[in-house]
Amino acid sequence: MTAPRVAQADAPLLSEPGEPRAAAGPDAPGPWWRTALVRSVPILGALLGIAIVWYAVTYLALPANQRFLLPPPHEVFGETLTNARVMGPMAAALGRTFGVTVVGLVIAVVLGIAYAVVMSQWRIAERVLYPYAVILQTIPILALVPLIGIWLGYGFPARVVVCVIIAVFPMIANTLFGLQSASPAAHDLFTLKKASRWQRLRKLQFPAAVPSIFTGLRNAAGLAVIGAIVGDYFFQQGAVGIGGLLRVYTERLQIDALLVAVTLTALFGVLVFSVFAVLDRAVVGRWYGHTGR
Amino acid sequence: MITLTGVSTDQHSVTEPGGARTLVLEGVSKRFPTGTVALTDVSLGLGPGDFVTVVGPSGCGKSTLLRLASGLERATAGSIDVRAASTSYVFQDATLLEWRSAARNVELVGELRGESKAERRKRAQEALDLVGLTGFESQHPRQLSGGMRMRVSLARALVAEPELALFDEPFGALDEITRLDMQTELQKLFRLKRFAGLFITHSVSEAVYLSTKVLVMSGRPGRIVAEIPVPWDYPRAPDLRHTAEFAALTGRVSHTLGEHS
Repeated sequence: MTAPRVAQADAPLLSEPGEPRAAAGPDAPGPWWRTALVRSVPILGALLGIAIVWYAVTYLALPANQRFLLPPPHEVFGETLTNARVMGPMAAALGRTFGVTVVGLVIAVVLGIAYAVVMSQWRIAERVLYPYAVILQTIPILALVPLIGIWLGYGFPARVVVCVIIAVFPMIANTLFGLQSASPAAHDLFTLKKASRWQRLRKLQFPAAVPSIFTGLRNAAGLAVIGAIVGDYFFQQGAVGIGGLLRVYTERLQIDALLVAVTLTALFGVLVFSVFAVLDRAVVGRWYGHTGR
Repeated sequence: MITLTGVSTDQHSVTEPGGARTLVLEGVSKRFPTGTVALTDVSLGLGPGDFVTVVGPSGCGKSTLLRLASGLERATAGSIDVRAASTSYVFQDATLLEWRSAARNVELVGELRGESKAERRKRAQEALDLVGLTGFESQHPRQLSGGMRMRVSLARALVAEPELALFDEPFGALDEITRLDMQTELQKLFRLKRFAGLFITHSVSEAVYLSTKVLVMSGRPGRIVAEIPVPWDYPRAPDLRHTAEFAALTGRVSHTLGEHS
């Protein structure tokens, strides 16, 4: 399972949630698409690096009679990408995985924010509820996936559940961190002005949490992709997504198709992650008054 | 109109009644749950037109005094009487909401009170004009200098039309030039608004320049050891700080401070 790692690599979850960011400062002028373009240069560079290593392994490391284990990129992509019999099912599978990812992410976001808001309002709620969030994070999801299949069937809902379980923790943790990030003095100000609990949440805690929520969203998005693939990979039943195809190709030793599927999955993860990274910068930048000049 | 008596056990204190008192503390002590005694037997009273500054060594409980007066903390002994329709509190740093523009930071006070949008807009604009921030309404805190952020903070305090204004070393983090500017600004605002002001600082010259009376506190546990009236009328010229009389008075305050820290 190499594919999901791509998304995971940039998901340090809790290492630096909601760190104050200079946002879209002077290093990000021009319209958003130009920013996106500039930002994609390192990614393109990384892809180039991978291609170079790939060619090197194929032609320099592997003896000719074992070259089928890792055919060169141009063969893999040139032949498979134009093969409708392979690409048709793959596109359909990707579509299904995309559906699970989006629905799972939306649920994880709503659930995560709500959970964190409740925890932020009562100290006792935090003490009672936080352990569940931690358990959700530390539970061996691979052991749980077959059970979820048995309990909920192998359809769309079960896949979404796996996805939510994997993606929800960074939402909870980052949102809670953000809600608690307002300074004691700012809380004193609200206390002195006799603000209600609702006013304090709406005008102080929640706005203070917005940057952290976006950090959580970015990480949750990457994990939602993994969640959708993991459920699919292990269910072995129901309508196959890209995870199921990865398994099928592995079992049949269809290395070309497998490599294409892995690549597409990785690109899918990068795409989802990038969308939220750009969104993050745009929104958080505006939040602090840098209006994308 | 201020009466105040620093009281230690070997002294007798009289808190004069009479006059409309905005804030009256009598025999106030504060002991924290950890056992630390922050304040012992502090009495003071101030009314409209009084601007009292409190100087003392760091850790003497100056800030605690303010937190007690504002109701953020409860005294463990003594009584605190606040007769002000509105109290404002200016914090050590500007304490602005980073995601709100200067104007919206000032409007917050009206929002929490449930004022109409038009009303709080108008009042926020007036307050910002008063502190010299006309034209900076839509700037966010990160786009403003330290001095300007503190001006927004002052505007937020003024917009509440306070009868009692509490200041917790608000200029302590500013550079010297900005700090002097802000002092000049604040005494102008005081002259205009005539609230009862209680101002905590560790700068003797700031204390003398701003106030009608300087209270000197001893080191922990904090108590008031001297009250030194300041004679000059408002507005006070910045150059007042360079006069011999000013030097004599700050010398007196410093000397008292030195005896008790």
